[in-house]
Order: sequence, then structure tokens, then C-alpha cells
Amino acid sequence: MSTAATAITPGAELARAVGPATPHGADRLRWAVADTLTITKRNLIAYTRIPESLFFSTLQPIMFVLLFRYVFGGAINPGLDLSYIDFLMAGIFVQSVGFGGIGTAVGLSEDLQKGLIERFRALPMARSAVLAGRTTADLVRNVFVLLLMTGVGALVGFNFPNGALGFIAACALVLLFAYALLWGFAVIGLVASNSETAQVMAFPILFPLIFASPAFVQVSQMPGWLRGFANNQPIGVVITAERALMLGSRHVPGSATGHVVVALAWSVGLLVVFAPLAVWRYRRST
Amino acid sequence: MTNAIEAHDLRKTFGGEVRALDGVSFAVEEGTIFGLLGPNGAGKTTAVRILTTILSPDGGTGQVLGYDVVTQADQVRTLIGLAGQYAAVDENLTGRENLTMVGRLNHLDRPFVAQRAVELLEQFGLTDAGDRPLKTYSGGMRRRLDVAAALVARPKVLFLDEPTSGLDPQSRVDLWAMIEHLVEQGTSVLLTTQYLEEADTLADQIAVVDHGRVIAEGTPTQLKADLGATVLDVGLADAQLANRAAEVLGSVGTKSPTVSGTVVELPVDDGPRVAMEVLRLLDQHALVPTTFRIREPSLDDVFLALTGKRAEADEDDATKTPTDGKRRGRRRARAGAGTTSEGGQR
Repeated sequence: MSTAATAITPGAELARAVGPATPHGADRLRWAVADTLTITKRNLIAYTRIPESLFFSTLQPIMFVLLFRYVFGGAINPGLDLSYIDFLMAGIFVQSVGFGGIGTAVGLSEDLQKGLIERFRALPMARSAVLAGRTTADLVRNVFVLLLMTGVGALVGFNFPNGALGFIAACALVLLFAYALLWGFAVIGLVASNSETAQVMAFPILFPLIFASPAFVQVSQMPGWLRGFANNQPIGVVITAERALMLGSRHVPGSATGHVVVALAWSVGLLVVFAPLAVWRYRRST
Repeated sequence: MTNAIEAHDLRKTFGGEVRALDGVSFAVEEGTIFGLLGPNGAGKTTAVRILTTILSPDGGTGQVLGYDVVTQADQVRTLIGLAGQYAAVDENLTGRENLTMVGRLNHLDRPFVAQRAVELLEQFGLTDAGDRPLKTYSGGMRRRLDVAAALVARPKVLFLDEPTSGLDPQSRVDLWAMIEHLVEQGTSVLLTTQYLEEADTLADQIAVVDHGRVIAEGTPTQLKADLGATVLDVGLADAQLANRAAEVLGSVGTKSPTVSGTVVELPVDDGPRVAMEVLRLLDQHALVPTTFRIREPSLDDVFLALTGKRAEADEDDATKTPTDGKRRGRRRARAGAGTTSEGGQR
């Protein structure tokens, strides 16, 4: 090396971490995980500092619980010997993680617009970490939102008809599905030219999936042509499986195992499609 | 000797039509500042993005300290720092958190990163603001933090893409001082700028780019010298008179004069002597100057000559200068970076 390059200020021995400049195998994986955690932390810190995102993550879902419990709930009879709040929780969980995912698309496209990702691309970090860190942070946010809503749900009368284990299993299923969905939102965020477009693209996809589903009313109360869609589209499938887990099969017709298997298949299937698509799109976009 | 940066015939076309780079070559010696000077859309940023591994070239090659920017991108990324024209920092994080994040993503260990963040905040006058979110920073503070973030890993080669665009004059001068300080410590810098003054002040070597091509290269002194040692500015009462004066003075200087507004700018090689002739000629044609000035040529003059209409009419000059400048640039001693007076060599 030249003399010029080594004549740096005192205390400047490059603590260029461990190992060679291009790590291999286990090292590479270790750095990919470390980079993902660094980006995750960055995104989580941001959530605590953006008032709008705090609002959408916390207050909005709570308001929906209260709205459906007290305003619409009286007019809706879910049947099957169920109180409306017991019926509602599965739907409101998926609605929250779904609409929350719009933030993933918006956040990612904002990053792309602002040039921060330009800097990331010039760093020796794992290429996958920007996306993995974003989706991991949003998964953590979803855990937080579910906890909060469970608390609020319990306060307004949800009484865990199938016990704690069934409820936890249902939450785990929602989180898996949410994670797959987040990668789909990541694709939207990467494709959209700006954050407004990301929002405009995500909303019309999400809206019919959430409302033309068993989220808030029984599908049997919908017109015949809509039932097939509502029952079999991914969000509908996940809500039914969730109910089977958190309410017990007494309140959900059909095989609980069958519902859960279909929901798992959808979740894994979406993840397997969207995650590589997002990574491919990220590598391609400049 | 390995150059800090080498670009060979870089080509990049966007969307099949916009030719951002049309065969750009240059070399940056270690421990020097190289300025890529050009207007918006000249291809400067595209060149930086290719050399920092963000973008792949359609043709040509780039090396940083001997590593290929395409096939050895991982190695290149451990050697470089990048500060862009849009401060690439996270609004929601504090200054310290931003620096720490970049340090960690450079795979530096925590204690080093923590110490480095303290140093850099201090060096860039951001210690007091270090634990405030960037949302509360002024434009100048953000830009300083952006440059600081580029330095966390002590890069050997620093890319600064229009680092001072949009900054107030004082912030600009402060940033210049910091850049010069870095180079004293051995960092090599590729600087892009639209500001001629900035290239003149900082760069040891300048390549003027326009429409994706290098149209001139040399030291600031050489580029200015190519135009003539001196410029005479002759102000007339109105634009019409200025045009007449330009006709009258057509063959007095080393090149034909240009008129901007009411001022005739005339490159000459022997200012005071030619000044007498100019005044005599004006007097003969009953033209009375309102202002009269003998000055050193600015890079603006060079730039106008190279990229303006006159440069196209006078094509010989534009094509001759680059090779000429490059040859002389290579021969140049590394030590006396920048401020040496090279005009004397000619």
C-alpha cells in the first residue's frame, strides 16, 4: 500500500472487523443475520419516532375493535352460539396486520426515494438485509399490535373460548401469514415509483380481500356469487383457520386441521413466491 | 503504482435511449482529489454510481485500488465511502444512531464504531446535536452528517457526489476545509461538482464532462492556462455597443472574444500590453468602455469555452485539449497537490 494511504490519524488502525473482506459460508450467514438485525433495529427506532406510524399501529386497530364491538356488533349475529366479540377477534387481527403492511410498502419506497438505499448498496453489507430487516421489524410491530389488541379485546369481552393454547396457535398463524404478506408489500414498495403510488397500489388489493371475507360477518350472509371468493381467498382461509384455533371446532364447521393446513399452505406459498420476487426486484432496481 | 480509481471507457445507457455515459475514462492518483466537473445531466452521478458498485456499466471497466467494481464489488465496498448529493441518512435516527448503523453495516465491531461516532460528531461540529433525530437538523448539518457517515469505516477512497449543492456559502467553505483535511490524511477523493469554484479550490486534477464524455482534463491551472493567461473584461454602455466592440477586438486576443450582456470577455496572453491595444482600437472606433478589468481566467471561462456554443464551432480545441491535459496530468508530481502554480511550466 502507498505511504499516503497509511498515514492516517492516531488511533486509526482499521478495526475492519473480523476475517477477510469477502466472507464465505458461515461467516457470510452470520453477517447476513447481523446486518438484518441492524436494519431491523433502525426500522423499529423509526416507528417509535413517527407519530403517524404509532397511530396506525396502535390507536387505529383499537378503534376498529371498539367500532365493531359497540357500533356494528349489535346488528350482526354470527350464529353458531357465538358472541360477536369472540367472532370478531380473528377478523380484526388479520385486518390489522393487513393494513399495517401498507406501511411496509410505503416505508420501503420512501427509503428508495431518499437515497438511503443508495448508501446501503455501496456498503459491504448483505444484499438481503434491507428487505429482511424491514420485514422483520414489521413482524415485531405486528407482535406488538396483536398483544395490544388482545388486551383491548379481553377488556371488551373476548373470553378465549378455546383456551390460551388455541389462542396462541391462532396468533402464530396470523403472524406467519402476516410475514408472507409483508414480502408481498415489499414487492409493491419496490415496484412503486414513490410512496404515494405504493399506498395507492396496496390499498385496492387489500381492501376487497379483507372485507369480502369472513372477517366481520359470516360468509353465509353474502350473496352466492361472493361466497366462493370470500371463503377461498387467502385472507378468508386464514380467518377460518384462526377461528378454528381460537374458538374451537364447535363454532367452526369443517375440520379444524383441514382449515389450518390450507391456511399454512397459503402462507408458505405466498412467502415462497413473494420473498424471492422482492429480492430479485431489489437487486434489479437501481 | 495502483491508482485509487480508474475508469476505462465507461458506458451506460438508460432505457435504451438516454446515453448517460458515452465512453468516460480517467484515473485518480492516490492521495489526491479528482474533480468531475459538469452541468446537470452530464453523467457525473452515473459515473460515481458505477464506481461505487451501485450500478453496472453497459461497457468499459472501473477499478478501485485495483479491484474491479463489477467482479470484485465486495472488496471495493470495503474500501470506499460515498456521500451523495441527496443526504443519504435516516431522518428518524439521531446523528449517532446513523453513524453507528453505517459502522455496523461495514462490519466494524461495536466499541470501534462507538468511538468513531464520537470522533466524527466532534470533527463535524455535531457533538451537541448527536443525540437528536435528524429531523431537527438543518440542511448543512445533514450534509455534514452524510459525509461523516461516509467516513465511519475510514475509507481509503471517498466519493463525494456534489457534496455542497444546496449549501449556504459558509457551510460550503467548512466542508471544503474538512475534505482538504481528509486528503492530508491520505484519503483519495473523487468529487463531482457543478461549481467551478469548488473544483478550482479542491481538485488536483479536473475532468470536464458533458453529455457523457470527458471534454477536457488537466489541473485547474492548466485548464485556465489553455484559455490564455489573462482575461480582459470590457464593459460597454449597452449590448449593441458590446457586440460592436467584440467585432473590433476580434483578432486581438488568443481567442475570439465572447459577449455576455454588456461585457466583452477577451482571453489574452499578455494582459497589460494587449490592454493598450484594446483601448487604442476602441478609441479609433469611438467606443467608450464603462468598465475595464484585467483578471485571471476563471473556470467559468474554461467551461464556457468547452461546452458553450463557441466550443462547438471551435471543435479542434475541444478535442485536442483532453489528450493534451491527460498527458500533462500524468506527469505531474503527486506531492504538490492542488495549489502549486503550474502555469509557469508552460
